[in-house]
Amino acid sequence: MSWFQKLLPPKIQRKDSNGAKKAMPEGLWSKCPTCVAVLYHADLEKNLEVCPKCGHHHRINARSRLDVLLDPEGRHEIGEEVKPVDTLKFKDSKRYADRLVEARTGSGESDALVVMQGSVKSVPLVVAAFEFKFMGGSMGSVVGERFVRGINTCLEHKLPFVCISASGGARMQEGLLSLMQMAKTSAALTKLADARLPFISVLTDPTMGGVSASFAMLGDVIIAEPGALIGFAGPRVIEQTVRETLPDGFQRAEFLLEHGAIDMIVDRREMRDRLANLLTQMLGLPAAV
Amino acid sequence: MKTTFLDFEQPIAELEGKIEELRFVQEDSAVDISEEIARLQKKSASLTKDIYSKLTSWQISQVARHPQRPYTLDYLQAIFTDFEELHGDRAYADDPAIVSGIARFNGRSVMVIGHQKGRDTKEKIYRNFGMPRPEGYRKALRMMKLAEKFAMPVLTFIDTPGAYPGIGAEERGQSEAIARNLFEMSKLRVPVICSVIGEGGSGGALAIGIGDVVQMLQYSTYSVISPEGCASILWKSADKASEAAETLGITTPRLKALGLIDKVVNEPLGGAHRNHDAMMLAMKKILQDSLRELQDKSPDDLLKTRYQRLMNYGKFKETAS
Repeated sequence: MSWFQKLLPPKIQRKDSNGAKKAMPEGLWSKCPTCVAVLYHADLEKNLEVCPKCGHHHRINARSRLDVLLDPEGRHEIGEEVKPVDTLKFKDSKRYADRLVEARTGSGESDALVVMQGSVKSVPLVVAAFEFKFMGGSMGSVVGERFVRGINTCLEHKLPFVCISASGGARMQEGLLSLMQMAKTSAALTKLADARLPFISVLTDPTMGGVSASFAMLGDVIIAEPGALIGFAGPRVIEQTVRETLPDGFQRAEFLLEHGAIDMIVDRREMRDRLANLLTQMLGLPAAV
Repeated sequence: MKTTFLDFEQPIAELEGKIEELRFVQEDSAVDISEEIARLQKKSASLTKDIYSKLTSWQISQVARHPQRPYTLDYLQAIFTDFEELHGDRAYADDPAIVSGIARFNGRSVMVIGHQKGRDTKEKIYRNFGMPRPEGYRKALRMMKLAEKFAMPVLTFIDTPGAYPGIGAEERGQSEAIARNLFEMSKLRVPVICSVIGEGGSGGALAIGIGDVVQMLQYSTYSVISPEGCASILWKSADKASEAAETLGITTPRLKALGLIDKVVNEPLGGAHRNHDAMMLAMKKILQDSLRELQDKSPDDLLKTRYQRLMNYGKFKETAS
């Protein structure tokens, strides 16, 4: 026992004689990267992973996102039966097949896009949400196919489509197959446009590369979350190419709004109301309650 | 034009050097050594054939970037007539990394759009190494709409390291420019034939690469990311580019097997850069064939088939979940 502990009154002395620290449960607290406030996890969760002190939008997983956005009743998942395969037998330091297994255990999803039919404040629709924890939300064949199946459901039932992006871009491990998903998803959107069904694209942190250079930028209305990084090339690649320091706030949602690339920035806590408002007006429906 | 030899072509370079020397000797020599020269030339050809029959993916990407490879304007000059270059996106600027305009192909008017690289340093900089900015893609889109209006088939030539990653390009919406082209090309009501003639660099290539026929030259490449880029991300070292090239599957045989491209155009012995004339002839023939296949189809039929092809891209399995 150290001299300090001996000084303490018995009431607050450690009970365990071997002096081992009592284990603190992990992940109860986290630090906001913007304002450095220490946040209690349950509070953060209640606030939809938005920092209550400074409004920083933390990343949120696809299912929680859909859960807070959609009405609780009448949900139905689309395209979950579509699963990834390692066609190229791709191998870098790790095999793609192994990365897929890891990603599945790490995220609880079978690929990086979850598509759900349901309603937002009673407006029926289909929502697709990216799971960033699954290989950086990268787009491969499964993401492309689930996206298209979501749109096909919209066409069949005359529903609007909302996609919430969070992705580093195309999935290298699927080679050119992943690049072609840009073509596939963008082409599917032409059908939605022909049917005059709204497509709202919601860009969250980050939306880059092949995802940003395809359907994400094709929304009838494009919404971004505050502070989200959005762009074609990554900031490091640009810095290496132009050999200049990038301006403050470069490729952030506010920068895109200023340059006319997106329609609006919406706080996650207001997203449900704002989407319902936009959709009801675009579809010629009375205001949602 | 003196041929530039790539690393793996050094044995050919040595042989060609010897032939040059002998030729020089022959001019003022009493002995006839033309037989010897012919023998060496034959040997050089078979050596070239040998080396080119077993190129690795990384070597093929070197050939695809060969500084003497024919570029879009070379094809335009050789197999088209009455070319009128049209400039600008009507909004911001003209991007010299993409050339476009109306020309006749076998007498028929077509719209030609292609990436353009430069030959010497000055032109390379002017053409931005064939890396378009948003205004380049918007110019391309303007041309496609023009082609649609006047019922001209669109022929695109793809040869770019990728879309330019710059500050201005991001400010002016590089992503949106590419995305818009993908959207519009998939419903353009005229035949679209896309030929990859060199580097098919990712989104920057795809932005003029959606059509009814996608054809690639034998030693061209088409990839989601450059082998160097992939190596530096996944291996944390650009030295692994050769391995990355292999595993990414960027060459014609692998892409054909995946059903991502329709046709492969054979190149002259030792690559397109060794014999521009032969390459032009082969390109002219394949364009003729592809155009003929499409010319009798109604716009609705074209779009239906094009859409179906796009929807078929992808490999996955379906399981009961």
